[in-house]
Amino acid sequence: MYKLFLRSLISVLFMLGFSLNANAEFKVGFVYVGPTGDHGWTYQHHEGRNAVEALGIKTTYVESVPEGADAERVIRQLAQSGHDLIFTTSFGYMDPTNKVAKDFPNVKFEHATGYKREHSNVSTYSARFYEGRTLLGHMAGKMTKTNTIGYIASFPIPEVIRGINAMTLAAQKVNPDIKTKIVWVFTWYDPGKESEAAQALIDQGADIIMQHTDSTAPVQVAEKAGVWSFGQASDMQRFAPKSILTSIIDDWAPYYVERSIAARDGTWKQQDTWHGLKEGMVAMAPYNSAMGSDLVKEVEQLQKDLASGKVHSFTGPIYDQKGNILVAEGAVADDGMLAGMNVYVKGVEGDIPQ
Amino acid sequence: MIKIERRNDVSRSIYFLTPVLAIFLTLFGGGIIFYILGFNPIEALKFFFITPISDLYGLSELLVKATPLCLIAIGLSFCFKSNNWNIGAEGQLIFGGIVGGGVALLFYNHDGFYVLPIIILSGAIGGMLFAMIPAILKTYFNTNEILVSLMLVYVAKLLLDYLVVGPWSNPEGFNFPETRQFSESARIPVLFDGLRIHAGIFITLITVFLSWLILYKTYLGFQIKVSGLSLKTAKYAGYKGKTMIIIVFMISGACAGLAGVGEITGPIGQLHRNISPDYGFTAIIVAFLGRLNPVGIIFASLIVALTYLGAETAQIFLQVPKYTGQVFQGMILFFLLGSDYLLFFKIKFLGLKKNEL
Repeated sequence: MYKLFLRSLISVLFMLGFSLNANAEFKVGFVYVGPTGDHGWTYQHHEGRNAVEALGIKTTYVESVPEGADAERVIRQLAQSGHDLIFTTSFGYMDPTNKVAKDFPNVKFEHATGYKREHSNVSTYSARFYEGRTLLGHMAGKMTKTNTIGYIASFPIPEVIRGINAMTLAAQKVNPDIKTKIVWVFTWYDPGKESEAAQALIDQGADIIMQHTDSTAPVQVAEKAGVWSFGQASDMQRFAPKSILTSIIDDWAPYYVERSIAARDGTWKQQDTWHGLKEGMVAMAPYNSAMGSDLVKEVEQLQKDLASGKVHSFTGPIYDQKGNILVAEGAVADDGMLAGMNVYVKGVEGDIPQ
Repeated sequence: MIKIERRNDVSRSIYFLTPVLAIFLTLFGGGIIFYILGFNPIEALKFFFITPISDLYGLSELLVKATPLCLIAIGLSFCFKSNNWNIGAEGQLIFGGIVGGGVALLFYNHDGFYVLPIIILSGAIGGMLFAMIPAILKTYFNTNEILVSLMLVYVAKLLLDYLVVGPWSNPEGFNFPETRQFSESARIPVLFDGLRIHAGIFITLITVFLSWLILYKTYLGFQIKVSGLSLKTAKYAGYKGKTMIIIVFMISGACAGLAGVGEITGPIGQLHRNISPDYGFTAIIVAFLGRLNPVGIIFASLIVALTYLGAETAQIFLQVPKYTGQVFQGMILFFLLGSDYLLFFKIKFLGLKKNEL
């Protein structure tokens, strides 16, 4: 009896040890800043992960990782526990990602929306969300009755300001009288604050609501108030079926699949990726037929032209709020200017918080 | 008919053993939860409580995580022992971080052995001053310290938001809400290469020792304890209640401020909006789990820190939802309070008598 017990104990221990050491398998790790059920930013990264998993590649994720001292430990643990490729999907992971990358030269790291690639095993990637904003601006300019567009903004970083400007420029093109009103909420995800901001904008006369935050609260407020809205990051149509005209969808899946296969096959190289409508990293949800079939056709054509490069979101002449020229007539803003954008274009109300 | 009676004969050893009981009950309850979620409970608990600390790096991380919790909880124990409910340690931590971080930015690219001590001291003073607001309002204007200290957390958070977005944001940082990385002279040195455990742990240990000295070996400590047991007795004995309230808040705030400045000069290295994952609130659990006793708090901070690490490890290896960590913290507190109740009160089941119907 005793021997039997001992033997089974040893075999259990052996199996445990074996399962812990079976690390030769290729694995991909994901670090999320929010819960997988936020129906916005993190949800879409999680969808991307599901696409990688569907290939038969083993994946792991850790959700709701605070952007403080904890991030470095989580990233390091993933590297230590045999993950070969790690996606860190929030700006705040930039320094921890580079720090861990230094200690794990054989592990590949991909950091979303950052600009630091301090080691050869760190790539960065982001999407040209502003192309989607151009489409929203076109629709908003056509649909508004009050000529006032409400915009809920998170942080005054170039990415967000670029979105505001791209939207405003496109709206002005079809409706020169429009004004963009902005509420800064200084958070990426706070349903309470986001709905207050949406309500405040509606009270100020906005009949179009859009947001650069992650929750579904703004579209739900818009639905209740009977104004138009747009979904952000994922297709939010089911949260506000009447109000939503379309959603900008962040489609990370093709990129995650491509990079995972490259890392598995040994062809992964450091790069800085900035993909848009053309590559499909930015996609549009189905257009709401309530805006009329003519407008839908127009927007679909504009989407094609943006994707093919025939139309650029930032084509001159572009003026800042004071009327100084930013981009000359006929010229197109280059990526360097877009990456560091920190002024509003004419037609946006208020100042950028500094 | 149920009757609840106070027990008069609570033994001291059982009083200090109930936290251990609470932890075991939590393990048991956690096992059941894992089972319901469809995981092997033994394996899940192993990944939760053993794997995270099975190597040097894990142990170092445990101490990194426990350091701020321990510091804050030690400070809170002064307040709680004397019946002062300081709920705003999170705000005091953040304000300490703001002051310390401001000094660190002032000393940007400035070398010198004196830089770090000045930063740490200013962080402690920052937390202390911030904690004096609810204390002074309580003593001179009779406000409720729970509300004031809690509301001040939001004040500190918004102030930090304003600073890192605006005046203190990194000029080369594309407007992202964070300051520059502090210079090397403003960083607490790490103890071992490759590990994040830093010299801040000595500050914590010294603080623990000093607290023990004050609480158990000084007249002030005696006053604090008496006021906690009976405010009337304290008044009758002629203790200066107002001074004591301000002093315990100052100690508590200084500890929280130290924790804040320790985080930003230690593992983080800059100011941004997320310098604390609610350490100030979690430390309330730590303080009570440690029975408001300095040594108890050391152990409690380690256990609570482990629930954070365990939640991460369990998610990495088993994809257990990460919020189980918070569930564990909640369960520990629940079982502790539950067993305390049974410890101090006797529940008598009496039969129903006819005349009572």
